[in-house]
Amino acid sequence: MESYALLIAATLNAGTVLALAALGLLINEKAGIVNLGAEGMMLCAAITGFATVVHTGSDLLGFAAGMGAGAVLAALFGLLVIWLGTNQYATGLALSLFGVGFSAFVGIGYVQEKLPARAQFEVPWLSDIPLLGPALFRQHPLVYGAIAFALALIWFLYRTRTGLVLRAVGESPESAHALGYDVRRIRLAAVVTGGALCGLAGAYISVIYTPLWVEGMVAGKGWIALALTTFATWRPARVLLGAYLFGGVTMLQFHLQGAGVDVPSQLLTALPYVATIVVLALISRNPTWIRINMPASLGKAFHPGS
Amino acid sequence: MLKLEARPEASTFWSLASPVLALLLTVLVGVALFMALGKDPVRGLQMFFWEPIKSAYALGELMVKATPLLVIALGLGVCYRSNVWNIGAEGQFVMGAVAAGGVALLADATTGRWIVVAIVLAGVLGGMAWAGLVALLRDRFNANEILVSLMLVYVADMVLSYLVYGPWKDPAGYNFPQSKTFAAVTQIPRLMSGSRVSVGLLLALVGVAVMWVFLFRTRAGFAQQVGGLAPAAARYAGFSSRKALWVALLVSGGAAGLAGALEVAGPIGQLTPYVPAGYGFAAIIVAYVGRLHPVGMVFSAVLMSMFYIGGELAQSRLGLPKSITGVFQGLLLFSLLACDTLVAYRLRWPKGA
Repeated sequence: MESYALLIAATLNAGTVLALAALGLLINEKAGIVNLGAEGMMLCAAITGFATVVHTGSDLLGFAAGMGAGAVLAALFGLLVIWLGTNQYATGLALSLFGVGFSAFVGIGYVQEKLPARAQFEVPWLSDIPLLGPALFRQHPLVYGAIAFALALIWFLYRTRTGLVLRAVGESPESAHALGYDVRRIRLAAVVTGGALCGLAGAYISVIYTPLWVEGMVAGKGWIALALTTFATWRPARVLLGAYLFGGVTMLQFHLQGAGVDVPSQLLTALPYVATIVVLALISRNPTWIRINMPASLGKAFHPGS
Repeated sequence: MLKLEARPEASTFWSLASPVLALLLTVLVGVALFMALGKDPVRGLQMFFWEPIKSAYALGELMVKATPLLVIALGLGVCYRSNVWNIGAEGQFVMGAVAAGGVALLADATTGRWIVVAIVLAGVLGGMAWAGLVALLRDRFNANEILVSLMLVYVADMVLSYLVYGPWKDPAGYNFPQSKTFAAVTQIPRLMSGSRVSVGLLLALVGVAVMWVFLFRTRAGFAQQVGGLAPAAARYAGFSSRKALWVALLVSGGAAGLAGALEVAGPIGQLTPYVPAGYGFAAIIVAYVGRLHPVGMVFSAVLMSMFYIGGELAQSRLGLPKSITGVFQGLLLFSLLACDTLVAYRLRWPKGA
């Protein structure tokens, strides 16, 4: 039983990375922008966050630096896509390719570095409950932060005026523009916020999840997060749920290996990627359903006054 | 403030000048980067733009690396012109290499030279199968080809890893994760002695001609591209978008698989976990910088090959990490996309501003 509690704890931990990134990407997709640069932003944020913690010893500064790195790269992407009208797919791809190379380049000096061991976080009293305690209440604060953020995002998107404007920009930028909203600035704000959250997810990977720096350590989580927004048909609650589901799939491999199941480790490593493909195919099977739920202007450029 | 003003039609001049301007921008950033790292920028640039072309041998090496890039990019050009976003050429390259390697491992001292043909065909089929999976999922299940093709890169890497750590591991290889070295007879024929340039280069150049004829001189090639430019017009003309999807993915997958076969049965000579060298991703940049035009891609493939060789030299001679190649590649694509704004827009100072 104890091992199941640990599996659940590990699932929440792994899911948090995906949840933070996917919720961020959801925000910019709600405004009509697809950023395929998630993987690159997360990698750059991972090395920035890691290096910051190595030099300052402060996790908080590390997270802040990671968010900053993600936001800066997203802003660059946003300027190209929103003001110069470059193709969103190609520009995002450029960001991912650049991020892979750049993070490897600046990270070369940090490959051997280790972070000091840190105390385990515990929620007072609750963490002592048998089974439930180790499963749910001995997590890094950000794990709970991600859940709180998802709830706040639901409230923001569906209960506030600003959230309504954001969605309007994604559904019909022409109407939002006609009503006097500055579509491009709103889109940029959404893209930068999305980048900051991807950055936070990246920093969480290198500072908490696996506290070290390895080239390419994000290992496709940025791409899985992108797929998650589609899985969730652009609903924050489903994004969160999907993130834990995939966190579970990622953790299952270690669990199965630990349990001595005789499967090639490569098959288990490939599992999250195969699962992503399978779920993507199942969810996308009905094109109408996807079209109804997808922000209508997603991926399309908007030129005011043209 | 500067204003962008839409041109009545796309500028032919800037369509050709934009890659040059993008390269200049990348070089400028490169100079700044070298200076920031305390390296002599002139020496840095030498590594990238002079060393790779200064001798016949160096030129040969330049071609060795340009060949797979060009072959993959030619396929991707067809794909992107059809508005099909295959970004998983790296995975198709790996599966081509795996299939080709599987055939090459069957060869022994008694095998005839025909095995090379079988190896190349296996590579093409391997890449096609991997891309065909993307086409199938897109066609039948409407699954986004960007995400599927990319996810399959990770899966392909795991297939390769499984084989070289498991069933195909060389029993006499001191437990290293690598296959037996292929028999000499499997070697892709070289063009001349003293250089590693192989017939692969000729195949790539034939590919350039074939692609040019297909894209610009055949009805099928025209139909293929209309779907990408104007889906509604394509439907009206009765061009099948499903067919365009399958052709795009099978051509690009086959090309990437061919490149994989040429690599493992050429310069590498065995299967190792280091077969994936990022050519599949770099070829995306080659395709764009070459304007998705077969002839343009010849130039951009050579340029990207310079980046690879320059990165290796920067590592061995200047003590810089090899990943500087990836930084420059990403920068080049970024600047190209920005410069391409000038193709569709002109810069204007608004009057009275």
